[in-house]
This record gives sequence, C-alpha cells and structure tokens, in this order.
Amino acid sequence: MTYPPSVHTAPEHERAQPPVAATVPAPSQRGVLSVTADKVRAAATTEPGRLQIIGAVLALLVVAFGAVTAFEIADRASAADDVVGRSQPLSADAAAIYRSLADADTAAASGFLAGAQEPRDVHDRYEKDIREASRLLVKAAANTDASTKSGQEITTLNEQLPRYTGLIERARAGNRQGLPLGGAYIRYANQQMSKVLLPAAERLYAAETGRLGEDSDSARAWPFFSLGLGVVALTGLVWAQRRNYRRTNRVFNHGLLVATAASTVLLLWLAVGHTVARAELHAADVNGQQSLDVLNHARIDSLKARANENLTLVARGAVLTADGRNDKYETDYNTNMKALGEELRRAGKLADDDQGSGPVAKAVDAVSEWQGRHRTARSADDGGDYEGALTLIIGPKDSTGESFERVDDALKQALAHEQGEFTRAAKNGQGALGGLPTGAAALAALAAVAAIVGVNRRLSEYR
Amino acid sequence: MTRKGAGRWSARGRLRGWGGVTGMAAACAMTAALTLLPLSHGGAEVLGGDAAGPGTAQAVQITADNCTDPEASLPPSSGSGPNIEKIKKRGKLIAGVDQNSFSWGYRNPAAGEGKDKLEGFDIDLVRAIAENILGDRDAVIFRAIPTNQRIAALENEKVDVVVRTMTINCSRLKQVSFSTAYFQAGQQVLAPKDSTITGFDKSLTGKRVCTAEGSTAYEALEKQSFGAVFKDPHDGTEADEDQLTVPNQLDCLVRLQLGEVDAVVTDNALAAGQTAQDPAVELKGGKPFTTEYYGVAAKLGADDLVARVNQVLVDYRRGGANSRWMQSYQRWLEDGLPGMKSPPAPKYRSN
Repeated sequence: MTYPPSVHTAPEHERAQPPVAATVPAPSQRGVLSVTADKVRAAATTEPGRLQIIGAVLALLVVAFGAVTAFEIADRASAADDVVGRSQPLSADAAAIYRSLADADTAAASGFLAGAQEPRDVHDRYEKDIREASRLLVKAAANTDASTKSGQEITTLNEQLPRYTGLIERARAGNRQGLPLGGAYIRYANQQMSKVLLPAAERLYAAETGRLGEDSDSARAWPFFSLGLGVVALTGLVWAQRRNYRRTNRVFNHGLLVATAASTVLLLWLAVGHTVARAELHAADVNGQQSLDVLNHARIDSLKARANENLTLVARGAVLTADGRNDKYETDYNTNMKALGEELRRAGKLADDDQGSGPVAKAVDAVSEWQGRHRTARSADDGGDYEGALTLIIGPKDSTGESFERVDDALKQALAHEQGEFTRAAKNGQGALGGLPTGAAALAALAAVAAIVGVNRRLSEYR
Repeated sequence: MTRKGAGRWSARGRLRGWGGVTGMAAACAMTAALTLLPLSHGGAEVLGGDAAGPGTAQAVQITADNCTDPEASLPPSSGSGPNIEKIKKRGKLIAGVDQNSFSWGYRNPAAGEGKDKLEGFDIDLVRAIAENILGDRDAVIFRAIPTNQRIAALENEKVDVVVRTMTINCSRLKQVSFSTAYFQAGQQVLAPKDSTITGFDKSLTGKRVCTAEGSTAYEALEKQSFGAVFKDPHDGTEADEDQLTVPNQLDCLVRLQLGEVDAVVTDNALAAGQTAQDPAVELKGGKPFTTEYYGVAAKLGADDLVARVNQVLVDYRRGGANSRWMQSYQRWLEDGLPGMKSPPAPKYRSN
C-alpha cells in the first residue's frame, strides 16, 4: 500500500539530519497522512515539506482549541445564564406560588374566625395572595413546556385554584347569613387546599429547584476538551520551536512565539475564568440557594402552622387524627412547628454573615414567643374560655397572630438577603465566562495566523 | 316476633321465582325497611341477624341481652356521685356538641362580639344541665365532636356528656349510657327539589348518597341501599376521600350543592336545618322511614350523671305548653319541624 515508501524514506533523513527530533514528527505526520496521503508523503521527504506540514498541523490545533473552547464555554455560559435568568427565578416563583396559596388558606381561616364581617386587612391579604398566585402561574406556564412534570403541576394548579376560590366565596356567603354552612365550606376548601393544591405547588417547587440544580451543575462542569486541546496545542507549539532551535540555532521565531503567547493566554483565561465561574456558582448554591431552600420551607411551614392553629378554633375539636385520640389540627400545628424549628436551625447554620443570621435569629425569637402564646391560648380554650383563646390567637395585640407576623417578616427579610447573595454570586459566575467564547475565537485566529507566518518565515529560507 | 316472622316468610315466597340467595337476602332487607324499621331497633336487628353477613353478628348478641326498649333509662335523681363530683370539682361541664347542625348546635358567625357563638336546641339543653349541676348556665366547655367520635369522646373521657342529636339504640347502649329521650326524629332522604329521587326507595338506584360517618343513616343504608352508591373507596383509612361519607351531615349539603352527590340521608330534624339553609332542596318521601329518639349520652356506667340528667329533663319537660322544652322548640325548631305539641314521654327501667 502507501506506507512502505514513507517508512523507507524516514530513516534516510535521519541519517542526513540530527537524529534527536526526527523520531517525534513521524507519528504526527502519519495522522495527517491519512487525509491527503500522497501529497503529504511526497512533501514529508523534504525539510520544506515537513515545515509546511508542521505549520498546517499547528494552525489546525490552535483553531480546534479555540473552536472547542468557544463551543464548550458558550454552553457553560448559557447554563449560567439559565441559572441567573431562568431557573432560579422560576424556582423562586414556584416558592412564591406555594407560599401565596398557603397564606390565602390561612387568611381564609382567620377571616372565618373573626365572624360574619371579615376584617378588611384579612380580606385584602387573601385577595392579594390569590392575585399573586394567579399571576405567577401564568408566568410559570409561559416559561414551561406543558408536557413536562412542572407543566402538569401548573395545569393542576390552574384548574383547581378557581374551584378553591369558588368554595371560599360560598363560605363567605354562608357566613354573612349566619349559616353554619359557611363553616362547612371553609373546611371543604381547606381540604381541597391541603390535599390537592398545596401538594401540587410543593411538587412544582421541587421540580423547579431540581432544574436549577441541573443548570448550575452543567454550568460548573469542567470543559475537559478545551483544556485538553489547549495543552496539546501548546505542547505542539513548544515542540515546533524546540525543533526549530535545534536545527537552526535560532532562539526565537516571532510567529511561533506570538502563537504560543496567544494560546497560553487563552488557556489561562479558560482555566481561571471557568474556575472563578465554578467557585461563584458554587458559592451561589451554598450561600444562596441552600439558604433560600431552607428559608422557603421554613416560611411555608410557619404558614401551615398558622393555618392549623386557626383551624383548631374553627373546628373546635370536630376533626380528629385517624386514631381518634387527638385534635387533627393541633397535631398538625405541632408537626409544622417542629419542622419550622429544625429549618430555622439549619438556616442559622447556613447563614454566612450577620445580615443573613440576624433575621434568622429574630425568627427564632418570634417562634418561641409564638409557641408560648399558643400554649396560653390552648389552656384558655381547654379551660372553656373559647372567646379568650380566640383573642389570644387572632387578636390585634399580644396574640399568636402578632408573633406569626414577626416570624413571617423576619423570614421575608432573610429570604431577600439570601436572594441578593445568590444573584450576586451567580452573576459573578456568569460574568467570569463573559467574553470568553469571543476571546477564544479571536485568540485562536491570531495564534493560527501567527503560527503560519512563523513557519513561513523559516520556510522562506529555503527559497 | 311472630308477626315479623310471618312477614319475612311471605316475602320469601314471593321472591322464590327469582331464585338465588341474593334475591332472598334483598327481599329480607326490603321487608325490614318496609315493615320493621319504623318499629324499635331491637326488632330490626332480629332480622338483620337472619339476613346473615359479618356486620350483623354483633346485632344478634345485643338482642340476646333483651334490649327491647332502649329508650328506657334510669329513674331521675338529684343525688350526687363520683361523676357529678368530678364536674363540680372542675367547676365546668364539658359537653360534646355539634357546631354544624343548624338550630341544634351551631356556631352563629353573625352573633355579637364577645358572645359564645354556639346556639341551638342542644346547646340550650347543655346549659340547663350546667345550671342544675353547677348553678351557672355558662359553666360549660363546649367541644365540637364529629359524628363518628361521639362514643370515643365519652370513652376517652374527653367530655362528660354528649348532647348532639344522638340516637338511642341497642348497639350504642353497649358502649355508652343514655338519658331518657328528649326528642323524636327519623331518617329521611333529602334531595334537590327537581330531583327524580322520591324517597327511601328504588329511585335511589345508582345515585350517589351522602351520609355522616358513624350515623344511623349510614347504618340504614348498609342494611338497605336500593343500589345507591354510599361508600368511599378508602373509608376508615388515611386516604379517606370524605366524598360520600363525611365527618358531619352538613358536609353532605356542601357536596349536594356542588353536585358531587345526588341525595343525603340524615335525621329529619337535621335535614330541616339543611332545608332552612338551602331553599332549593327538600325532604323526600313524605315522612321519615325510621323512628328514632335522641338522648343525652354519658360514659357507660356513669349512673349518677345519667340520673341527674334525667332529673334535668323532668324539669325541662314540666309546664305543658310553657315548659322550657316547648320554649326551646319554638325558638329553634318549630319553623322546620312544625306540629309538635309536647316532648316524648320519658320511659324508665326498674333496675
């Protein structure tokens, strides 16, 4: 076939030239040979021919390095863009939907407790929650493929939310007329909320948060091909210059030097830029997202606890746990409070600065105040003072409602801070990759041209 | 007994042509509905035992205890005892009531500020008991309890008495003690005015019927359902749907209004409260298909308390047209259940 002649010619040259470097180019020539075998085989028999081949290979390597870098980093950058601009906002929106729904249910139960005339602020709060949930559901639907898991949850929520509000309006109408039917509707609405809507919202939040994690992971994945090609390209350039030096005793070839410098800059930029992006995105995850997740859960648990506390008074013992031994709502309240305490402890550990830990500490204080007041209210109710218990729970001053508001405010503050931390770190990460794809293309083009110019210069000595 | 037996045999004779045990069982059950249920529960359970099936084994045992007159209670007494002393020491009577039965025990959201908003015929009676024992009609802790927890609440001593439209019957007498009867009611079907359902009959076939869990209405459907759908797939488990069997009879009206069920079976006394809240529904079939008596329930063996409650009821009934019973009836119930001239007469047993 075509190999024997080239194998034969190589030793002839080794005798004519210094033997050291000659063994190295043979395999790399072979790689190119397979493309334009005949031409190259002919060229490889002479030094100018070999130089031409070396120039072409170097240029190709450098261009490949630039192209792969541009491609891989564009991919990482778009994942980082998704983290900042898409999946994290969607995850935050899903948490807001979940929170709004839980809050609306709490407000509905509070309004019912207050009597036929729902207090204005409680009514407004309910309306605002429903508006917020509807608005965010439309937004989420626009950003989600309907066939995905998230899309299905959004459909469920969109279908069930009007049904829920319908039940609440019926409850209000009954209440206004002084009919116990209103209370029956409140319980039915709560059943719909806690059995259908809230689980769907929770699954949506979990799905969106999962997607955020995936985006963050793909932005942080090492660009192995780029780094590998960069090292190969630089090795090639160094080898070519060393070969040049050995054969001509010239220390510098300007073209090759520029190509080496450009490739080195690109490799360093790539390595440092991506390392910084990784570190920032990791920081966004650890300092921001993990705190956000815990705080979101804490806030929702505090809302559930509040709704159950209200329902304890709405139901007055009418709903018991499955074994019939305890009040269902009081049992659920205790479960929610326990979860809340656990989440606040974790949030305290995750908070990495005073601005983060301050609100969490405030929330912890408010929770213990809430629990103390709750015990007082419970013993009042257990002692037969229903009206007293009612005042202790929904009254304007020194009530558990007031403590709950303090918890909610503190958690809102903590969430805002952690959201800021997340966005800042994630944007830094996103910024660290900015310009790298374009830079990679430019630097690679420069290096390729410089390599060819450098080799041509050496080549011109043969003319 | 003899008369009931004859009724059963003739039914079997008629239906032999269908063949098959199922047909016969259905015939037995139908005979029960037509001829026996309006009589006392003791009688109905004789037949229940004959119709076979695991759920009825217990009923046979109860009949064996000569439960022929479940409404007969202990003679009235103003004396004291350990249960009365416990209430006095606490200073409050803990009463299990309903807060969802319009006119019986319900929370009136439109009641004025600072008032306890529970109102109704049962609530009046609870206050009369508290006044008698403690001298203060407001010395009461009200506990709202679901229908199926009335007995458990007494057994677990969560409440002293249950005054919650609770029907006196033989099977419950095994678990709790009852006062004398303070109201006569009966099961009836409630459905929208334009419904094709005509009463507790074949018009229920294939319809979704709602009852309260643990109610006598549910027991009546278990005996004879006319092919109505009345059970949730996961009743009695954590996954209970609470669609057809619900914690409270009023929850049935919610499902009925939403079109999730076609009819409700409940006591006419409670159904009257539902029609008062929704003029688009009505009681079907003219009159109730059972006769039941409501009693005040106490923990099994709390004889001092039961005798004391019976004394309260004696005072409550006294005075003819001006009795406190009549006053409470006129205030709460007359609109929905007109025509009552007097409370049911008390029956006492000798032992």
